[in-house]
Amino acid sequence: MQLFDPKAPGTLIPVLNLDESEVQRQMTVCNACRYCEGFCAVFPAMTRRLEFSQADIHYLANLCHNCGACLHACQYAAPHEFAINVPKAMAKVRLDTYAEYAWPQAMGTLYRRNGLTLALASGAGLALFLCLTLMMMGNLFTAMPGGNLYGIFPHNTLALMFGAVFGFAVLALAIGVRRFWRNVSPVEASREQTTSAALEASANVATLKYLDGGHGEGCNNADDRFTLWRRRFHHFTFYGFMLCFAATGVATLYHFLLGWSAPYPVLSVPVMLGIVGGFGLLVGPAGLLWLNLRRNAEHGDEQQKPMDRGFIALLFLVSASGLALLAFRESMALGLLLAIHLGLVMAFFLTMPYSKFAHGIFRSAALLKYSIEKRQPNPINAASD
Amino acid sequence: MIDVLVIGGGNAALCAALMAREAGASVMLLEGAPKAWRGGNSQHTRNLRCMHDAPQDVLVEAYPEEEYWQDLLKVTGGMTNEKLARLVIRASSNCRDWMRAHGVHFQPSLSGALHVARTNAFFMGGGKALVNAYYRSAERLGVNIRYNAQVTDIELNGGTFVAAHLSARDAEGQRLPAERIQARTCVLAAGGFESNREWLREAWGQNERGEWPSDNFLIRGTRFNTGVLLRRMQQLGADFIGDPTQAHMVAIDARAPLYDGGICTRIDCVSLGVVVNRDGERFYDEGEDFWPKRYAIWGRLVAGQPGQQAYSIIDQQAIGRFMPPVFPGTKANSLEDLARQLKLPVAPFVSTIQAYNAACRVGTFDHTALDDCRTEGLTPAKTHWARPLVKPPFCAYPLKPGVTFTYLGLATDATAAVRFNGQASPNLFVAGEMMAGNVLGKGYTAGIGMAIGTAFGRIAGVQAAAAAGFITRSSQEPQHAAV
Repeated sequence: MQLFDPKAPGTLIPVLNLDESEVQRQMTVCNACRYCEGFCAVFPAMTRRLEFSQADIHYLANLCHNCGACLHACQYAAPHEFAINVPKAMAKVRLDTYAEYAWPQAMGTLYRRNGLTLALASGAGLALFLCLTLMMMGNLFTAMPGGNLYGIFPHNTLALMFGAVFGFAVLALAIGVRRFWRNVSPVEASREQTTSAALEASANVATLKYLDGGHGEGCNNADDRFTLWRRRFHHFTFYGFMLCFAATGVATLYHFLLGWSAPYPVLSVPVMLGIVGGFGLLVGPAGLLWLNLRRNAEHGDEQQKPMDRGFIALLFLVSASGLALLAFRESMALGLLLAIHLGLVMAFFLTMPYSKFAHGIFRSAALLKYSIEKRQPNPINAASD
Repeated sequence: MIDVLVIGGGNAALCAALMAREAGASVMLLEGAPKAWRGGNSQHTRNLRCMHDAPQDVLVEAYPEEEYWQDLLKVTGGMTNEKLARLVIRASSNCRDWMRAHGVHFQPSLSGALHVARTNAFFMGGGKALVNAYYRSAERLGVNIRYNAQVTDIELNGGTFVAAHLSARDAEGQRLPAERIQARTCVLAAGGFESNREWLREAWGQNERGEWPSDNFLIRGTRFNTGVLLRRMQQLGADFIGDPTQAHMVAIDARAPLYDGGICTRIDCVSLGVVVNRDGERFYDEGEDFWPKRYAIWGRLVAGQPGQQAYSIIDQQAIGRFMPPVFPGTKANSLEDLARQLKLPVAPFVSTIQAYNAACRVGTFDHTALDDCRTEGLTPAKTHWARPLVKPPFCAYPLKPGVTFTYLGLATDATAAVRFNGQASPNLFVAGEMMAGNVLGKGYTAGIGMAIGTAFGRIAGVQAAAAAGFITRSSQEPQHAAV
């Protein structure tokens, strides 16, 4: 192994931690084998390198979708002494990168016990809004004519509270991903290349290209069989979330631009978007949880299950409480349901930069880098000459 | 009673089991390894050499029958059976739809293997993905699959198969009792004997230096190919073909594991530098031909050197031009330091390199062509890609012979029948490494092992089903069985 020479020009090479060293070890084996090149973006990206620096390792770890294909196809997986398990090694580093790039950095420690973080945030959110409801109304069982929830909390109060928290979450994520992007040192590319790379990366994100197994039959879940259900349930979740987000956005526009105040009828745009999105956000997380419970124990990092499941559960509860609120908005339960829903949404927003939510941001950045990089000439032309 | 018993669990065995099951026979497959190690050497493979007359999905241009045959003739030096070889070649042209139907996916040639983009169809994910797909398909079709089921004896009545015997054995912490499994017909596809150290020793013997060369061999293939069934068939008087020292044998990294090193242990920089033995001397033309056409001879070359050791030496000019090795190279800024680190005699090593450097006549270096960079007045010469090793750090990789699979096997015919004294058995068939030597007497060309295993596995499956009473159209025309 070539040792670091302090006299050599250039910047200091960061020392790798245990998880990163393991990825480096495994990538060295994989780079000498390359059988998995057709599965996903990780392996073609790997073949552009002979050595794996910390930046490369962070990039590859976030490029990995933990689909499991390479593990089941691996001639070097345990019980082989090389004990190659790329999804697991990548998952461990991935969590390290979420924590390391979190902003403010001290908050990154919330990833260490993320299930607990989500539970505490949810508890705090619930407590806050239950107390607020009690303070405002004197009880938790208040009906409002026409389901007018702004009779309990004024619109502008909610908009300010949630707007501020959401704004902070977006800022924290943006700073985090910017630091990640700078550290993984994106290659220089022309504007034209960047545009086409951005289009390709967006399509890869929107379609979850790399959960298709490379052959279109899907990824692995319980064993070496392929399934498209993980991709489908993720689509339900992602697009359900986006529709709910769109519902809120449209409602906000209605309120501030058009002066139309909630509650809106069921057949209005925001409510329809919310219903369809909410349905997706029930089916998706429920399906993902079902798959997660049946997931092969060798996939990914067992210790991250609380983070994954906690996030899935929170999404499910946000959606379920939102739909319940809609269904019972004209009953006595309005006050209680509103407090529960707002508490959970608040917990979701608060933890956005410190939960599984970050995976989408970091992975999208890694996919963009991959799309840019593959448009450059390959610096390594091993054996192709 | 079971109709067809398939002994083995790699590509050939699975092809046989699937074809027999598709013909309607009830099938049991006995894999000697535990489930985690299933698939024999097939788990280490990556492609299939395919005849094609026009571009096909992942295959570019054309690779006609005659060219395929000439390639095979060349690498085997004529140690092949033209009839059986052409059967394999033709079968390779049209077996892939069937493979796909059983879940195998193909992909274009891998980076670093573009030289075979025309001739070889790569399995997406490699051979283990293929093996997994076949096992899933076999399970779905109702093939009875058993692991930890190594067959130790075959019961014959004359040349007719009666039953397979499994000895009592310990497997995955369990004591399994001895068994006798009867079947109407049987396919033998249990691999070669590359992981049987005693047999290798017996075959390779002792050399003039008093060494037992095979003691220093590493096995790139599966640890489960101990040749138990092969030896038993020898004792039972089956007709054999081949030389027990002939094998797929390449020079691999000396630090590779003793078994199952697979693809990643290869060292691909031989043609970019020089190779010396443990005395610090060169012993063969490193630039004789393109590396993909030469890698398969270097295992035997290293086996002939003292201690069965050698070192591939390169300098900075070679970095990035060959597939990255799995283990790091030994690096040094001077030849003397490199020799010391490698524990080679310093003076002879340095003088070997200096003599080589002085003999280099550098023209226009081009690794994609048989270029004009060569040595003059040096023995052995380096006839292409000869550039002086002058740019430190120098880098060295230790080499040992690595055996992938052995070629000694059962003589067979176009029906894949096992033969006794020239007579075909009515119900005992053979496929894969156990008969590859019929087609591949020596040498190797990428993807031919899987081509033989697939062709003869499928023929054996059809013939075994037919012998059990399940006649299909293809079983009546054995020479076209896989066409």
